[in-house]
Amino acid sequence: MHDDHDHDHDHHEHHHDHGHGHHHGHDHDHDHSELSPMDARVRALETILVEKGYVDPAALDVLIETYETKVGPHNGARVVAKSWVDPAYRARLLKDATAAVAELGYMGRQGEHLVAVANTPDTHNMVVCTLCSCYPWPVLGLPPVWYKSAPYRAKAVRDPRGVLADFGVTLPAAKAIKVWDSTAEVRYLVIPERPAGTEGMSEDALAALVTRDAMIGTGIARATETAA
Amino acid sequence: MTYVTHADLGGRKDLGAVVPERDEPLFHAPWEARALALTLAMGATGSWTIDQSRAAREQQSGYLGMSYYEIWIGGLERLMADRGLVTSADLAAGKAVDPPQPVARVLTAQNVPAVLARGGPTEREASGPARFAVGDRVKTSTTAIPRGHTRLPRYAQGKTGTITHCHGVHVFADANATLAGEAPEWLYTVRFAGTELFGAEADPATSVSVDAWESYLSPA
Repeated sequence: MHDDHDHDHDHHEHHHDHGHGHHHGHDHDHDHSELSPMDARVRALETILVEKGYVDPAALDVLIETYETKVGPHNGARVVAKSWVDPAYRARLLKDATAAVAELGYMGRQGEHLVAVANTPDTHNMVVCTLCSCYPWPVLGLPPVWYKSAPYRAKAVRDPRGVLADFGVTLPAAKAIKVWDSTAEVRYLVIPERPAGTEGMSEDALAALVTRDAMIGTGIARATETAA
Repeated sequence: MTYVTHADLGGRKDLGAVVPERDEPLFHAPWEARALALTLAMGATGSWTIDQSRAAREQQSGYLGMSYYEIWIGGLERLMADRGLVTSADLAAGKAVDPPQPVARVLTAQNVPAVLARGGPTEREASGPARFAVGDRVKTSTTAIPRGHTRLPRYAQGKTGTITHCHGVHVFADANATLAGEAPEWLYTVRFAGTELFGAEADPATSVSVDAWESYLSPA
């Protein structure tokens, strides 16, 4: 595997056009027998840091496994689904999201101070970090490339309705959009509206309707066709 | 040397369209996973603050042409070089050439869950009353932090908004990115009308909120 072809260049010297929102190599199928420059650079760095005794290679493996298998948007989906079926939980979540999310066992790095913002028939919420890539890791895992990309960070504050259009989402023009720029250590989780036609569904089934993008605010939760 | 950030992107119009990726993998190459882990493990050594790491990342001149994990690796190399933890001789050789420097802690595999669960809370005891209350109208500074890392984005500087939340007293990022230490301040969420930030071209039904430390704000 490799990243995109930008990395074949010395990126310290090379100024690309600013329209790069697509760092993906899935449309290529290179022979992987040669390391990409970034592969080589990061391998060398790991070698140095291990040799100097700063990092334990086994800890690196556990860190990666944690975000590959344990921490991801399935956590946030459980929070949202519970908020849809349990009004008391929803009230606690909107009052103190850090504590309410911890009730389900999710806490810690990049989620030390959580705020939940609920969509309503009148208001849609969208989260961005214009200055870097702040994101509520304990409930959503690691951010997608587009969330960290320059175009999203630039456009979300100026034209959130246009961003929604980029994601194929159209809201009524009268619906207010509240954008939350994560400029400090507060992390925001969007609680999407519960889709119509989901009455009687179990909490687990509801959690399956909650997409990552709906919890960032670039999507909405939709009922499955069978449920609708 | 003049501090230049290449990361303050909010509101720029020259950066192209947002391109969502269908079925995006968590990592696009194995090195990205190692970059994540190295960044977290070195952060756990306590050799720098999270704000110092953001400052190191955002000052890279090639920022806009780099993928996010490239930005992280470049920032990591810079943080370590600045502290003598890794030298240019080490990097040139691709292995440890110079002797190690002491670090406060080394993250072990066994400690990973506890360290991640603890995270790095930034709330601190208040040493004085909050200057503002929810509902107050405030104007953001244009000059509070003329030189150095700041978390007040350019698009929200010199703008008038309303305080909607008070989050208590938090480590002040602008200070904590330097050797000045935590210098905690009251932290608020301030909501601005889209039109206040971006003029008549903004959708009147939009608002943007930023989290702002007290020294960014004055009464409006």
